[in-house]
Amino acid sequence: MTGDCPAIEARGLVKVYGETRALDGIDLTVRRGQVFGFLGPNGAGKTTAIRILATLTRPDGGTARVLGLNVASERNAIRARVAVTGQFASLDDDLTGYENLIVFGRLRGLSRAASKRRAGDLLAAFDLTGAASRPVGGYSGGMRRRLDIGASLIVTPDLLFLDEPTTGMDPRSQSQVWELVRQIAVAGTTVLLTTQYLEEADQLAEQIAVIDHGRIVAEGTSAQLKAQVGSGTLHVRLLDGRQRSEARAVLGGTLEGPVHLGADPLTLSVPLATPADPADVGRLVGRALTRLSEARVAVAEVTLGQPSLHEAFLALTGHPASPAATDHEDANS
Amino acid sequence: MSTTTATTSRAVPGAHRLGGLLAPAGPPRRAGALAASATFGWRSMLKIKHQPSQLTDVIAIPVVFTVLFTYIFGGAIGGTPGHYLTVLLPGTLVMGITACTMYGGARLAQDVTTGVFDRFRSLSVWRGALVLGGLLGDAGRYLLAAAIVLILGVIIGYRPDAGAPGVIAAVALVIAFGLSLSWLWAAVAMLVRNPAAVMSLGLAVLLPPTFASNIFVQPRTMPGWLQAFVKVNPISHVADAARDLMNNAGGAGGPVIWSLIAIAAITLIFAPLTLHLYSKQG
Repeated sequence: MTGDCPAIEARGLVKVYGETRALDGIDLTVRRGQVFGFLGPNGAGKTTAIRILATLTRPDGGTARVLGLNVASERNAIRARVAVTGQFASLDDDLTGYENLIVFGRLRGLSRAASKRRAGDLLAAFDLTGAASRPVGGYSGGMRRRLDIGASLIVTPDLLFLDEPTTGMDPRSQSQVWELVRQIAVAGTTVLLTTQYLEEADQLAEQIAVIDHGRIVAEGTSAQLKAQVGSGTLHVRLLDGRQRSEARAVLGGTLEGPVHLGADPLTLSVPLATPADPADVGRLVGRALTRLSEARVAVAEVTLGQPSLHEAFLALTGHPASPAATDHEDANS
Repeated sequence: MSTTTATTSRAVPGAHRLGGLLAPAGPPRRAGALAASATFGWRSMLKIKHQPSQLTDVIAIPVVFTVLFTYIFGGAIGGTPGHYLTVLLPGTLVMGITACTMYGGARLAQDVTTGVFDRFRSLSVWRGALVLGGLLGDAGRYLLAAAIVLILGVIIGYRPDAGAPGVIAAVALVIAFGLSLSWLWAAVAMLVRNPAAVMSLGLAVLLPPTFASNIFVQPRTMPGWLQAFVKVNPISHVADAARDLMNNAGGAGGPVIWSLIAIAAITLIFAPLTLHLYSKQG
């Protein structure tokens, strides 16, 4: 049976569009029941990976098994058990929310009665009952996205692909969608989501793959990725700005990292390298503070900040994650 | 804890019911090809219900053609409009429905370019269902167009000698011809993926053979090469067949058989081509 195999197992996936290598050899293993996050900027290859795994596009190289089934030769069997919520709402604007769900229910093999019952239940669970009989074209972005996810659940899938589920959403709609994704995961559906928001991956995904230019540049839990970048940053705030150069000399002599001077004349920060034993971080920081006190430098505030995923991304890819990029990743392919 | 409170107040109000809805679905079912096609056909009907302006094409074209050509050309070509109607009205029926066929292709091209198409393709349904369902909707539109032509025709003086059975047979034949052209436009839609391009291509492709046919005038006065084209033009055969069936002149003779051959040939070429192109999308 296919019950014990990973939800997704891909080796060396390659997809070429013209001169662009949208995917340049992707290896991926997603456990059953996991929320797996694909984190990367626009054009990194996230959508292409989802399209291949959901059997919408054929790979130019490599192999992939989804729920134990081959994406090249067992497309229909995969399609019956996965659901895709695309980057752009895959709904029919002319039809009402209720009619949209019934259409997808019927196409998923539900009877007419079962489709209607399920559509009603899902609309209630997604707080869309009031809008059920309105054409989807008039829905807000958040409502559309909720209905879109609901349409993917008309028959509970074993694996749900969510392509940038909250791109362009206001914070309230965003946290609503996050809550829905958590509920879906708790109920046992494996979720593969793509996002260009570091916070979203941090919030939802147990395992994160950072993807850039068609390659996975790092993979791990949010904490592991952060650790890969460093232990964090020591921020020091002085009482007297005139002592900053002295503080700088002391910190530079104690800790290995370069000392950055903040825009505020009272602040300094030192990124900490990862020592072999994580417990050493505390000892290093303690020693640095002792030296400052011995040098009679008056310290107002000390904080040890975990590196953000943003810093992690910068360190891993050599350039910042920029959600501001405008080109939509192979949106028309 | 403050975080818990924040999460609860931000959650979708009904979300607590979601857990119970997401029990494993059990072995996947697959919608049958017919059920899926019927669902897409129902979808076409729903779209008409919500956007009745979609019917502008199948209403305006038959009205304009029937009235315009009867009164502009009728007297000049056939003596009196009444006499000319027996020749022209079956032709208008063919022309009106032929002109409507490209709109189905435009709608399909529209579907292909929107996200909803990806969702359709991500489902385990027979790949022809979307196109076939669209054709079911098209058949409804063609029937409406035919009814408009016939009602207008009767109002302005047309009396089909063959009565209701002949008219029904003619309408069925013309709709079958329209559906074979629907496959052609579906294939074009898959190739160009742009509704506006399908429309302009449709006009350019449909207009010449519609006029270079025997719908308006008998080809006697045309140059030889054009007569040759008119004779092999399927639109001429279908127009002749509709005249035969509606006016009882020859019953089900040669034109009907030639029309059926043309319908079968066009369908056999473009239906498999459309399905092939459909499965290659993306």
